[in-house]
Amino acid sequence: MSNDSSAPFPPRADPAEVAHFDALARRWWDPDGPMKPLHRLNPVRLAFIRDVVCEHFGRDARETAPFAGLTALDVGCGAGMLCEPLRRMGAAVTGLDPAPENIAVARAHAEAGGLEIAYRGELVEDVAAAGERFDIVTAMEVIEHVPDPAGFVAACCAAVKPDGVLLMATLNRTRKAWALAIVGAEYVLRWVPRGTHDWNRFVTPEELAAFIAGGGMTVQRTEGVVYEPWRDVWRRSRDTDVNYMLSARRLGGQGVF
Amino acid sequence: MSHSPQTIIIAGGGIAGMTLAVLLKQALASGVQVVVCDPAAAEAAQKAPEDNPLRVSALAADGRRLLQGLGVWDAVSARAQAIASMEITDSALADPVRAKLLSLSGDVGAGEPFAHMLANDDVLHALAKAAVEAGVELCDARVERWLWNGAAAGSSGMARLSDGSRRQASLLVAADGARSNLRALAGIGWHGWGYGQTAIVATLAHERPHGGRAIQHFLPSGPFAILPLTGNRSSIVWTERAADVPALLAMDAEDMLTEIRRRFGLERGSLRLETWPVGAFPLALGVARRFYADGLALVGDAAHQVHPIAGQGLNLGLRDVMTLGDALVEAIRIGLPAGEMNLLRAYDRNRRADVIAMATVTDGLNRLFSSDFTPLRLIRGLGARLAGRSSVVKQMLIREAAGVGASTRD
Repeated sequence: MSNDSSAPFPPRADPAEVAHFDALARRWWDPDGPMKPLHRLNPVRLAFIRDVVCEHFGRDARETAPFAGLTALDVGCGAGMLCEPLRRMGAAVTGLDPAPENIAVARAHAEAGGLEIAYRGELVEDVAAAGERFDIVTAMEVIEHVPDPAGFVAACCAAVKPDGVLLMATLNRTRKAWALAIVGAEYVLRWVPRGTHDWNRFVTPEELAAFIAGGGMTVQRTEGVVYEPWRDVWRRSRDTDVNYMLSARRLGGQGVF
Repeated sequence: MSHSPQTIIIAGGGIAGMTLAVLLKQALASGVQVVVCDPAAAEAAQKAPEDNPLRVSALAADGRRLLQGLGVWDAVSARAQAIASMEITDSALADPVRAKLLSLSGDVGAGEPFAHMLANDDVLHALAKAAVEAGVELCDARVERWLWNGAAAGSSGMARLSDGSRRQASLLVAADGARSNLRALAGIGWHGWGYGQTAIVATLAHERPHGGRAIQHFLPSGPFAILPLTGNRSSIVWTERAADVPALLAMDAEDMLTEIRRRFGLERGSLRLETWPVGAFPLALGVARRFYADGLALVGDAAHQVHPIAGQGLNLGLRDVMTLGDALVEAIRIGLPAGEMNLLRAYDRNRRADVIAMATVTDGLNRLFSSDFTPLRLIRGLGARLAGRSSVVKQMLIREAAGVGASTRD
């Protein structure tokens, strides 16, 4: 999801840069482009976030802007596929991504849609260390791409306010996940480029729960996400063998730091 | 730090378009801005509907439940006639007694008839009032063009209206009828054909009560439907070969009534035309090749036109509205853009198979019955008699007609 570009995106003057930028924006936002699986998955994970957050903060999911008054941090935000819906649900949203190009694409897209979102090219570790805290912290389909998952989860936990909620989603390290997410998605269906995922970096729900416990929080709800090829849709399920999502809160609702 | 809600523009204020507008606005309130663009829609809220309307529709039970959920049914129920039973006869015009092929009666639930007959204008008037109450904006200009900016540029488009103004929106719903201009501009093909048949429509008063019976006489030139309205009134939908229609329409009221009486039969006593002149509509069947384009969804007749033989045109449109409306409400509640491509594709997948099945059935019925060829008459007689003997088949037919069968939403 992150890429290797190191320089911040330059002002929109150079036509070659503009063309490159447009191509990148389309790459992210084209529903049939390389991010197709994330576009398909998005309604399912958004419904999960909506349900968890509304339950956690006692909001009515049918109200307009049920997240109004809440702050949200999306870690590994890419071009803002999660940030924009969170904003439309009423949250004050901050999106983090280490890739400056992603941040530039995300900013331009939010502006085109009239959405106010704070995008920052920072790491969650730095944000947490600076003492910033949020009501909602999301890290969806990110942990399988980071080198130090335990440290990453600890930083995500630290960025959650004492009464806040953490939401994470990733891929389970099972034979089935290897068959479907690696062989199926990368080789057979070619949904995502080969090498997108490294099975060895997948995290089991038990391991993730242990990382979260290390961050002083406890898992509340775990749900699987399954793909139905005959209908070409994703849906929520109890089957956590491949994709799964979970929510966590602080023990006793109090901070440990 | 606030942002404005998404805007959905609905082009066309017919029953499908207006029902969708009310559904969205009632469910999402300030979470969505709904604009219906149609000069006639603003008018419908003001003017009281006429007592003897020309355009009437059969409203199946699932559509009635939808209107009830929106608070619209109560406003029209007093002027709606429940259909207690359906009868089908197969006869040549000269046959003195019309052999009853099939008779269906029954309710879908306790005291819930499978369909009602009501005037389109009554429904439109009630919908327009509900729309205004819910906060739907009724705009008296038409949508002439729709330019989609693309998902990479904010998932919105720009509608150009007939008054020269422009409006930005997340989604445009084309509910602008079978000859939808917006469908054509979006480059969506239309697979259809004419029947070479024209439907003559009129409202009749008759001496004796109809008892809530709907009757289809399958005459060789096409079906002749008698549909019960409130009081001792019925609406007729009289299908004739198009070539024969100009001569019929040139007749004066008395001769026309004589022709109608020959087909209507004598069992309800003397007849009187409540509407004059009669209406005439060429019949056609068509299905859009897709029900969506970039940031655009087709509903109602803009997506499909079926033969009126089974009274399913309005009901198919309302099923579009339920499917699209529910998907849009959920998408907006989870913060997704209304014109999201995957949502529109799912709508297309959900609705098109159902529509094609209905179009095929109604087309087949019409072809099967619009014939004087003896072997065909024997076959259809046998099929209908077999269906009539089986209470299971009858119940299934009733539930399908009501839109509450296994294959449709309850």
